Amino acid sequence: MQATETDPRPGNGTGEPGPIPVVLTINGTERRLEVEPWTTLLDLLRERLDLTGSKKGCDHGQCGACTVLVDDRRVNACLTLAVMLDGASVTTVEGLAQDGQLHPVQDAFVEHDAFQCGYCTPGQICSAVGLLKEGRARSDDEIRELMSGNLCRCGAYVNIVAAVRQVMDGTGAGR
Amino acid sequence: MNRFSYVRPDAVAAAVRERASDPGARFIAGGTNLLDLMKYDVEAPSRLIDITRLPLRDIQELDGGLRIGALVPNSDLAYDRRIEERYPLLASAILAGASPQLRNMATTGGNLLQRTRCVYFYDTATPCNKRTPGSGCSAIGGINRQHAILGASEHCIATNPSDMGVALAALRASVRVAGPDGERTIPFSEFHRLPGDEPQRDNNLAADELILSVDLPAEHFAINYTYLKLRERLSYAFALVSVAAALRLEDGKIAEARLALGGVAHKPWRDEAAEELLRGQPAERASFEQAAGQILSGARGFGENDFKIELARRAVVRALEQAAAGTPQSQSDKRVQ
Ligand SMILES: Cc1cc2nc3c(=O)[nH]c(=O)nc-3n(C[C@H](O)[C@H](O)[C@H](O)COP(=O)(O)OP(=O)(O)OC[C@H]3O[C@@H](n4cnc5c(N)ncnc54)[C@H](O)[C@@H]3O)c2cc1C
Ligand code: SF4
Ligand code: FES
Ligand code: FES
Repeated sequence: MQATETDPRPGNGTGEPGPIPVVLTINGTERRLEVEPWTTLLDLLRERLDLTGSKKGCDHGQCGACTVLVDDRRVNACLTLAVMLDGASVTTVEGLAQDGQLHPVQDAFVEHDAFQCGYCTPGQICSAVGLLKEGRARSDDEIRELMSGNLCRCGAYVNIVAAVRQVMDGTGAGR
Repeated sequence: MNRFSYVRPDAVAAAVRERASDPGARFIAGGTNLLDLMKYDVEAPSRLIDITRLPLRDIQELDGGLRIGALVPNSDLAYDRRIEERYPLLASAILAGASPQLRNMATTGGNLLQRTRCVYFYDTATPCNKRTPGSGCSAIGGINRQHAILGASEHCIATNPSDMGVALAALRASVRVAGPDGERTIPFSEFHRLPGDEPQRDNNLAADELILSVDLPAEHFAINYTYLKLRERLSYAFALVSVAAALRLEDGKIAEARLALGGVAHKPWRDEAAEELLRGQPAERASFEQAAGQILSGARGFGENDFKIELARRAVVRALEQAAAGTPQSQSDKRVQ
């Protein structure tokens, strides 16, 4: 898979349309896959790998329902080509729980009732995990602004901010 | 999306060669604009040249300024220590745009080349001179709330949607590019174009040229600056009008002024005459109103966007007040002080 200056064509070596081998670590498991170059990460996850937690809301980067973590950074899976991620590590909402324990952000969403229909929730949760890793938000205004890439049609925003704040402050139940 | 082939060169020369050998090929970086357009069949490349493995990811010192690699993600740029401390205007403008997820993906080079958000450009069922030269402009007499009030032509009234570009215009950055015949540097003011009778051309980059870096000069305006963005909702929306303002003050007088507008033209709009008017003036409202009058002197509306002329005038005055007071607009607390 190493591209060189003389042969910049990875995969099938021809530069013709067709499947290209990629190696992706998905939720901790290394997967060797052949993907067509036009396959988005979102379609790969949902249609081929049966990881339907990540949702397709708009397919155009406008809603955040498809948010996943690539090498620990939150991105929109609908605007990402799977072939471009060769060698990367992808975490979806299905991969956040460890040893049967929900991720603290998942716990906080349950505790604060930070959803109604739940459609936006996997994206909200992955986005919040990304936000916490970035460590840029301090005030509620900053949480709101840095969660603004995730729309919620049910309007659960108030409780989403409360859930994120709880994890940020490291405070547990009953706060 | 159409079917296409995919290549991933790891050297600049190879990437440029790939592009030159196939007119239907496109570079792809963050993909946030190109893939969006491909899903609407506005773009249908024969080949994607993935440039994300090229060694253009660093921010380097450059004669007191900084050289920003074309592949530096928008979020990394906005949060870089040197940018935060020396060019907070640029950091602020970037953080006013898109969403955290998109900023993690979007690159410095790609941001400059993002295409207009004119609804007709995106809708292949309608005439649009930018998408299909000669077919007409649906926005003239149509939906044009987002459209230009300055520098438009009878062929196209689209706006450039970038926030980052407005700050780069004010900071007088330059763009370093590589093509088959070597490298050249384009001043930022000459990078984007007005639509004229060739609205299909957004900028003066040749088809087979690759952006290597955006270079920032030494003068950085770290104290008296602001990026004020006004839009239909508080976040995650393109600008109706935005203003990048920067001042250097000496004894209450303006020694140097920079002013650029976003959301109002086919390119980030700078007017040297307005900057010149401010030089030597007291940093007060009367001076700011004069500059606003100058920068908007050629403004004209197209119906739905008439309101932007007055909105822009007020935004310029407010932005210059924020800059003079050293109280830049917060990009999280959206109250405009
Ligand atoms: C929902 C949504 C909201 C948004 N809101 C905002 C906003 O409020 N403000 C704002 O400023 N932007 C906004 N954006 C736009 C976003 O900033 C751009 O899509 C992004 O900056 C493009 O960068 P990219 O690296 O993803 O470009 P790509 O999509 O990879 O490329 C864009 C174009 O540039 C070319 N290209 C890329 N890199 C190079 C290079 N080095 N040399 C030559 N050609 C190159 C490609 O061929 C392509 O034609 C928004 C986008 C979306 C989807
Ligand atoms: S304003 Fe420009 S982009 Fe929009 S329809 Fe007219 S020609 Fe097309
Ligand atoms: S599905 Fe990706 S942002 Fe809406
Ligand atoms: S919970 Fe229904 S969209 Fe957010």
